[in-house]
Amino acid sequence: MSFIVQTYGTMLLKALGQTLLLTLLSLVFAMIIGMIFGLMNVGKSRLFNFIGTIYVDAVRGVPLIVLAYFIYFGVPTGMKALGAADFRLTALQAGTIALSMNCGAYMAEIIRAGIESVDRGQMEAGRSLGLSYGATMALIVVPQAIRTMIPSIINQFIITLKDTSILSVIGFPELTNTGKTIMGNTFKSLETWAIIGIMYMVVIVTLSKVAKQVERRVNRGR
Amino acid sequence: MEDRQRKIQVTNLKKSFGKLEVLKDISMDVYEGEVVVLLGPSGSGKSTLLRCLNQLETATDGKIIVDGYDVTDKHTDINKVRENIGMVFQHFNLFNHLNVLDNMTLAPVHLKLMTKDQAKRTAMQLLERVGLRDKASAYPSQLSGGQKQRVAIARALEMKPDILLFDEPTSALDPEMVGEVLAVMKELAAEGMTMVVVTHEIGFAREVADRVIFMEAGYIVEEGTPEEVLSNPKEPRTIDFLSKVL
Repeated sequence: MSFIVQTYGTMLLKALGQTLLLTLLSLVFAMIIGMIFGLMNVGKSRLFNFIGTIYVDAVRGVPLIVLAYFIYFGVPTGMKALGAADFRLTALQAGTIALSMNCGAYMAEIIRAGIESVDRGQMEAGRSLGLSYGATMALIVVPQAIRTMIPSIINQFIITLKDTSILSVIGFPELTNTGKTIMGNTFKSLETWAIIGIMYMVVIVTLSKVAKQVERRVNRGR
Repeated sequence: MEDRQRKIQVTNLKKSFGKLEVLKDISMDVYEGEVVVLLGPSGSGKSTLLRCLNQLETATDGKIIVDGYDVTDKHTDINKVRENIGMVFQHFNLFNHLNVLDNMTLAPVHLKLMTKDQAKRTAMQLLERVGLRDKASAYPSQLSGGQKQRVAIARALEMKPDILLFDEPTSALDPEMVGEVLAVMKELAAEGMTMVVVTHEIGFAREVADRVIFMEAGYIVEEGTPEEVLSNPKEPRTIDFLSKVL
């Protein structure tokens, strides 16, 4: 095991960095996507509800690995057929898109549920004071919804971090993919995967501890 | 009464929820400075009528003119009209994530009706009036029901409304807290605030109302002074209702 750590230590740390980069990028975009489709699903507009439902159902209905293949291999091929011959996606771009779309659908559901958990009277009180729907949402409903959403968002954060490993299939040099490389070079599968597993675990456990602290702090003001 | 300004004018209002027709044909007027109490058994449509006045429920048919604005017209800026119609809810609906002062100043500051400082000053005066000056920085969860409702009234007053709507303001309160809320409402009535109140407090109606409207099954059954409706009701349904609640 020490042989692997000594020889591949920097490579593993770099790979961990890539995993975290992919996670963070995806989470940022997923929050935006989730906010948009979540709000669409909460509102009264039938059209928006329809679009929101289609998105959530479509993305949740497709395994992430299929989505990743589709975006990394399928989309450039399609673009070529449409005449954009030099359209290419890097593994990071394709990975970020696939993961953001996937995580965004779950975020949309978390955000919808969070907003719906806020008593209807809060919206009515805001509107009765002359505030617009948007202002009431932004100033009154969403701030209260966020508190109930935090545990689910943290959970989704951890799932997304683990899901980055699926993107090893499109050749993105994140932790799992790097594990494959090391194993190919050394044939020490037990040690390699133990190390990779521990690295994921350390990061995730640390993050969930931090998250618990944040959650506790937010709830204190309640 | 006729020479006073008409604040609310409802003509042939109908409201349905799906197939359920809650308001069948309501016409009524409220004049400036008048206190109108809506009475009736539950399900009679009195809360729905009240909520139609500021369009928390959209009318299915008919016309509602408030403060000179036709609120049933889609082109009316309903947010602007609502700035002048305060509403007090059965369940208070204070903003739970904000303290009392922020609850009161949020809307007028956001709508640029007052500066933050003006809003704070007005809020403190209003809190003084409802006897809760020391609660300015408390959160709603730290208040009793009666205190919450008094804050809710103060929050509505902060907007300097012409009209106040009360939707069963004392129904969710413990009995010993009803008095403190009614006292604030009486004071407002005495100062000439135009008020429409849905309540089961017959005593309040008798003492404070200029006019009592008795509703049942989506219609106005009887209306008149508290003396007429409460002491000498003519309609059998009013008599029946009063015999049960008095």
